[in-house]
This record gives sequence, structure tokens and C-alpha cells, in this order.
Amino acid sequence: MIVTMNSFDLATEKPKPSHFQPRLDELNIKEAWSAWNGYKFAEYYYEVEYEYFCVRNLCGTYDICPMQKYFISGADAERMLNRMVTRDVTKMKNGRVSYVLWCTDEGRLIDDGTIFRLGDEEFMLTCGSPSTAWLKKSCVGFDNLTIRDRSDDYAGLALQGPTSCAVLKKMGLTGIENAKPFTIHHFDFGGKPLMVSRTGFTGDLGYELWIDAEHAVEMWDALYAAGQDYGIHPFGEQATNMLRLEAGFIMPGYEFNEALKTVHFEFDQTPFELNLGWMVDFKKPHFNGRSALVEEARRGPKYTLTKLDIEGNKPADGSFIYNSKRCTTDIGYVTSAMWSPVVKSNIALAMIETPYLNGELWAEINYEKELRQFHKVARCKIQDAPFWSPERARLTPPSDF
Amino acid sequence: MNQYDSIVVGAGHNGLVCSNYLAKRGKRVLLLEAGERCGGLASTYEFHPGFKTSVAQYATHLPKRIINDLKLRDFGYASHKLDLEALSPEGDSVSLRSGSLFGASADDMAAYQDYDRLLDKFAQMFQPFWQKTVPPIGNNSLSEMLAFAELGLKIRLMGREDMQEFFRVIALPMYDLLDEYVSSPLVKSLLSWDALIGTKQAPRSPNNSVLHLLYRMQGDSEICVNIQNLVEALTQSAEANGVEIRTAAPVESIQISQESEALAATGVVLESGEAISAGQVISSADPKTTFLSLVGSEWLEIEFTNRIQRIRDRGMVSKLHLALDGLPAFNGLDSPDRRLLLAPDVETIECAFDNAKYGELPEQPVLEVTTPSLSSSDLAPEGKHVMSINVMYTPYALKEGWNVSAREALQESVVKTLETYAPAIRSQILGSELLTPADLESRFHVSGGHWHHGDFALDQLIMMRPTHGAAQYKTPIDGLLLCGAGTHPGGDLTGLPGFNAAREALS
Ligand SMILES: Cc1cc2nc3c(=O)[nH]c(=O)nc-3n(C[C@H](O)[C@H](O)[C@H](O)COP(=O)(O)OP(=O)(O)OC[C@H]3O[C@@H](n4cnc5c(N)ncnc54)[C@H](O)[C@@H]3O)c2cc1C
Repeated sequence: MIVTMNSFDLATEKPKPSHFQPRLDELNIKEAWSAWNGYKFAEYYYEVEYEYFCVRNLCGTYDICPMQKYFISGADAERMLNRMVTRDVTKMKNGRVSYVLWCTDEGRLIDDGTIFRLGDEEFMLTCGSPSTAWLKKSCVGFDNLTIRDRSDDYAGLALQGPTSCAVLKKMGLTGIENAKPFTIHHFDFGGKPLMVSRTGFTGDLGYELWIDAEHAVEMWDALYAAGQDYGIHPFGEQATNMLRLEAGFIMPGYEFNEALKTVHFEFDQTPFELNLGWMVDFKKPHFNGRSALVEEARRGPKYTLTKLDIEGNKPADGSFIYNSKRCTTDIGYVTSAMWSPVVKSNIALAMIETPYLNGELWAEINYEKELRQFHKVARCKIQDAPFWSPERARLTPPSDF
Repeated sequence: MNQYDSIVVGAGHNGLVCSNYLAKRGKRVLLLEAGERCGGLASTYEFHPGFKTSVAQYATHLPKRIINDLKLRDFGYASHKLDLEALSPEGDSVSLRSGSLFGASADDMAAYQDYDRLLDKFAQMFQPFWQKTVPPIGNNSLSEMLAFAELGLKIRLMGREDMQEFFRVIALPMYDLLDEYVSSPLVKSLLSWDALIGTKQAPRSPNNSVLHLLYRMQGDSEICVNIQNLVEALTQSAEANGVEIRTAAPVESIQISQESEALAATGVVLESGEAISAGQVISSADPKTTFLSLVGSEWLEIEFTNRIQRIRDRGMVSKLHLALDGLPAFNGLDSPDRRLLLAPDVETIECAFDNAKYGELPEQPVLEVTTPSLSSSDLAPEGKHVMSINVMYTPYALKEGWNVSAREALQESVVKTLETYAPAIRSQILGSELLTPADLESRFHVSGGHWHHGDFALDQLIMMRPTHGAAQYKTPIDGLLLCGAGTHPGGDLTGLPGFNAAREALS
């Protein structure tokens, strides 16, 4: 029997090509595609560790076309955003980028993202998940603004790693070495406006390049031509996940559950639980979730996201955390874990019930060796500083490689 | 040091009641009214040289407790009786007088007894409920749980059969309920009217027109048809208790501070620029006006703001005021000294609603007519009269817009309808004033021009009125309370929102 599926069109489920797709296709040797926000998106191109080492030692590009890009402009744009996010947008200068969080009325994290201040009354908000509905709700009462969703016609490409500045210089972006972290710079790219921000998700020296979609491939080619001698390679989602974990960055689906998509009561997180209390500014004008967060700050978060250095070398993926070696009472769970090649230790992020932070912490690690299952109990040490935070990530100008 | 303990925004009757209770308890209270005079939708004003009227014409369920507490009789308040009579163009009529049905068939009269017994029982059950703050859902204190328990117990004590019946009819369309009891078209119109007037509901609409009717059947209440007297008594009583009243003092914004950890209301700024501080601000302006215009979304949470924004508050009632050369003569009626219902059957009511639902004027409007100059002689010159007409249903957002031709068309169709009942009426008209929902909005500062400051519907009632987070009169902002018709139990001239809010403001 031939099954026809005329009643619903599965073709619409097919991921859209990225604006860099012709080049990505050539490079994705393993055809390891998944999808992000409806865009075709590489899990990896050749091999995860290889891509990871490229970024840590040379430089790599990561396709961020699927990120949501909202241009918010008008007299009320600043007030609207400031009421939406937990940090003080009024303190942002033009040409600056800020990492921001936004919460529900109850102070639960909806998403994180970045705000680019492009002018007094012009901002770009980027984030991982479509947020039109929430933005629309956030705009009630702020009439003098427009929101343009440019997710589909503005291309973004992250260039990360120690040689990234050198590549951009070679590409002809004069003065890029003077770009400080979290700043925005505009270049003329053969008559087309090219925006570059010194931002990224790897904790290393890195930039993000933004250009109108129709010029995306042209920009890619210029970048790869310049990067040839600097080891430029593409890297996919899996390498990104390693890189961001070393940098201590949170990821939806690992550390947090987007509050608007969470079904079970309080199975989402607050900024304090995610150890991002420093991003909640109670001195700024009112913002969404403030009253709930004031209360949470007073009471202390139920859980705290904690950086762990775990003995041994077996990644603690999915482990429970206990307050004693006997593993009788579980007091938390690991959200992300890996053996970190750069810091040479067994690192993890874990949600731990706050009252237990001062006691002993033990992870029960399950692992596999040639199809046999094993488990061990390993002592965990809390680490306060980021696992990986190289000097070059902050240096301006960064040293040439 | 604050200039006042409390500022009450809006001197509608609820603002008057609320500020009065606060002043009685020794608070220094300033009552600020945007309009020229007190009363809000119940204020009396001249609409044609020598002729006065008010938008609200009668109070049918004013609690005795408020009248006594505020000693309104000492200030000239008097209660009255007010019958409701449905007319046919031919001069037939049926009426409700002091709770009894007159002029109907023997079957309908007998059935009415059962109908009335049942609804009366249900209405009594709700009685203590209207004078209470309804606790929010979730994490309740013991006393809040007891408030729920009391209602539950009352329902339980009705007995099994009545209880089942209660849950069956509570959200029934009026049409179906009446169909079970009576058969005369005019009787059905008559009995459905109080369930419908002021709401966005027709006889066949599900939801809770029955509950609306029960609300209006509150026991232990008084009827007042001299609204000018009522508002004067409320005003004088408030002043006697020390409330400072300022009219023509529109509030532009409610001031919020964030000095402590929580947000707190600290006073108001008038449109004139004058800033006045107070420990508490209590607003009788409708919830949308209060939160979205006077406070501003930047001080509110996003979901909360959206719930306020979504409040359905588009009025369905227009008001036509007529200055008449003499007493109008209705077919078959000795005197128009009651509420006259000009709606021959429920189908006509339903059709008028259908037109309005789609943004059109009713082809055949249904009217409720009173002649207030009969009970308050100073509303019109000697020998002349004021006729006040509630016109149902007229959409706030008329598709073609409330332009001159739409207004003329509406007025003409109202007068035409009147003529079929009172043939000489057109020649008696000396002047008129038409207030569409859009006019009511701008003239009386009520969002949507809505009778209840927000539809009387299950999702906007009780612990959901106006929305959770502000349904116990207190709001997410410390020291900011609501006291108008947009709060529990709702609109009409009852004073209950003001009464309940004062208790919360003092707690
Ligand atoms: C056409 C129509 C006919 C009606 N007929 C009847 C009837 O016959 N019987 C009945 O019981 N009910 C009737 N109602 C309903 C009744 O009038 C209202 O439910 C009731 O008056 C509400 O009283 P309130 O005090 O809560 O609000 P309002 O009377 O609306 O008073 C609110 C006050 O706040 C003031 N205000 C608003 N914003 C500001 C500001 N920024 N600064 C200062 N002041 C401000 C307004 O000017 C107004 O005076 C009718 C309603 C309508 C629309």
C-alpha cells in the first residue's frame, strides 16, 4: 500500500537552509544535521573534539543565523526593554552589548540573550528561542516603539578562538584589534554594512559578524580566504556545548527550562538558582518579576547552580549529587559535565540544594566501558572562579597569534 | 510627612462610600474627582437648559447597612419603590410590583411563584458574599478558608435538590431558564431584563446572566429613584465625617516609589501639575484606567498588565435623555412612574444583541424608559419632564464609527420605537442628549463606557474581578487599592466595592 500524506504537508517540516548553506554543505562532511528554530543546523562537521581543539587553538566559525534577532526601536524602546530584563538597560552606552535575562511575573527565567545598543532609540535583542509573543506582551503600555523580527533576513556568524582577531584584520577590518569586549563596530564590506561585535559563547577571544542575508555567502568567502593561514574551521553544536561549559555559560535544555514552556510547577529556574543573582539589579527601575525576586533574594534560592571539579576523569553526566559518600540522600543533580581538555579536569555544572553547599558533595557517576556498565562515587569540589577564562579573552588589543 | 492618610481617586458613589468609611475611622482623606461634580455615572447635571438628569437612574439593591452606617437619612436620603413593567405597543402590559407578577396568565403567575421562590433562595445564599472580600485562590489563611467554607456550607444547607438545581441554573442562559417556567413573550422579556441590562449578554448567551440577576436580587437592600438625593446625601455625609472633596481635579498619575524593597504608592500628581502625597491611594477609576493610564505598565508585571489590558469593558448601553414638554402618554398606562420595558419578546432582545455583536446598530432597539422628573420634581421646569432611556444593545466600537449619521440614525430609531408605545412623544421633545458608550467613556472617564467597569462574566467575577493579583482590593503595589465597580462584587449603585475596599484599606 502506498501511504500518501496529502492531508498534512510534511514538506513544511523540512529545515530551512541557513544563509551560509552553500558553504556549510561543502564543509559538513558527516552530514550531521539537526535543526534549530527551523534552520538546518550542524551538530558537527567532521568530529566534535577536532572542532573543539580548532576553536581553542586557532579559530572557528559557528552559524548563528537561527538565533532570533529583534530590532526594537522608538522613543519607548529603552523603557520597554528595561522593564522586561533584570539588568539596567539605561546604563548601556551606544555601541555596547549586554548579556541579559528576562523572567515571568513570578521571577522564573524565560530566556537569556543579548541586547545590542545600536543607538539612543535602537536596539537588537538576540536570543535562542522565538520570543515574539513575550515581546508583544511586554510592549503593552509602551506605544512608541516598533519591533522588527529580522531572524530570517539578518545573518550572523560567530568567529571564536585565539586567531580570530588576526583573521578579521587580514580580512580588512581595520582597527578591529581595538574593539573591547562587548562593543559593537561597523565596517564597510564592499559597500555593504557589516556589524561586528566582540561577543561569543565560548569564553575565549571571539567576535560575531552580522550582515544582511543576501551578502552572507560573500562575507563567508572573504572571511575564509583571510582565515586560511590561521586554521579557520567551522564548528557545530556539540563543540559549542563543550566550549560554553568550560566558560561556565548556561544553556537552555541543560541548566534551565524556559519558564514559558515548563509544565510542572517550579520545574523552571530563577536567576538566583542559576547563580546569576549578579545580573538582577534591584536598584534599577521596576522590572518584570522583581517582587518575586526580592522575596527569593531574602529567602535564598532553593537550588544553586554550582561549578564542580570532580575527582577522576569519568564525566558525571546525569549524576545525582549526595551529601555523603554513602549516597543516601540526594541533594542535587548534574546538568552538564565533561572532561575538559584545556583545564585538564573533570568539570560539571550541578543544581544543588542551597543548604547543602557547605557540606560534602559526592557524585554517583555511571559510565560504560565496551557495553558494560559501571559506577563510582567521586568527591566533588566547588569551584568559584570560571573553569576557563584566558587572559586573551579580555585583552585589548589581543596579541597577534 | 504625608499630607493625607488616603487619597481616593474618583468621587463616584463608590469613591464617596469608601472615603466616608475611612474618614469615619479618623483618617485624613482627600477625594479627588476629575468631573465638575460628585457622583460619577450617578452625577446629576443639566443636559438641556432647565432640564437635569443622571446616567444611572435608580438603585435597586443598595445595602441597608451602608445607608445606616453613613446615616444617609440624616442627609436627606429616602427610599422608594420602583416597579418594572413590560409594555406591548397595543397597550398590554405585565409588571413586577414588590416582587409579585401582575397582568400575566394564570399559568405564568403560578409558575412565577416557583421561579421566584427558587431564585430568591439562591439570592439569599449569596447575601453575605457580596459584603466580603473574596480570598484569592491558593495558599489561604484559615480565615480565608472559612470564607470559602461558609459559602460552601450555605450551598450545602440548601438541601440536595436545590443544590443540584443551583449548579444547573447558575450559568444557564436566561432564555432556557424562563422557557422552563413561563410562556408569555412579554413575561419572558420582563423577567429576563434585569439579568441582561448593562452586560454584554443576550437572553440566549450562556455564562452567567442568572448570577447577574441574583446579584441584583440582593436581600436586605433598598430602592432609591432619586439619584440626585442619594449622591447629595453621600457627599454631605462624607464631608460631615471630614472627607475633603475636590472636584475638577483630574489625577494624571499615581506616584510610585521603589525606595523600600517593594513598590509603594506615595501620592498622586494632578493634571494641573500639583503633587499630593498620601500613605495610601485608593482608586475608583476602572481597572484599565487605574493601572494602564494612572500607574503605567512600567510599574507592573507583564502578565498582570496583559490581564488588565484584556478586561472586556466595552459598553453595550447607550443613554438617550429627552427634555419633554409634558408628561408622555403611553398606550394603556395611567402614568409612566416606573421602569418601562419596551421589548415585545426575548427574540427582539436577542436580535438587537446580534446586530451589536457584529458592530452594528440594532435594527429594533430594546429600551428601558424611566421618567425621573416624576420622583424628583427639580429635574425639570414645572409641568415639563425628563425621560431617561437605556438603549440596548449598542456597540462601543460601532463598525462605521460613532459619526453624526450613526448618532442620528440611533436616536431616530429610538424615537420611532417610542412612538409605537407613546404616539405623541415626538412632538413633546424640546431637547435631547445621546450618550453612546464612546461618549460615556470620555465624559465620565470610564474605559469602554461600561456600566460595570468591566463585563459581568464568570471569568471577571468574584476572586477574578478585575483579575487575580488585584481581586482583594489590594494591588501588587503597596498602598494602592481599588474601590470602584471594576472590583468585587461589581457595578450598579450598591456602594459595595467602596465598602469592602475601605475595610481592606483599614486592615
Ligand atoms: C448608561 C448607564 C446607565 C446606568 N444605569 C444604572 C442604573 O440605573 N442603576 C444602577 O444601579 N446602575 C446603573 N449604571 C451602572 C452604575 O452607574 C455604575 O456601575 C456605578 O455608577 C459605578 O460607580 P463607581 O463609583 O464605581 O464608578 P463611577 O461612577 O464611574 O465613578 C468613577 C469616578 O472616577 C472618576 N475618575 C476617573 N478617572 C479619574 C481621574 N484620573 N482623576 C479623577 N477622577 C477620575 C470619574 O470621573 C468618575 O466620577 C448605569 C451605567 C451606565 C453606563
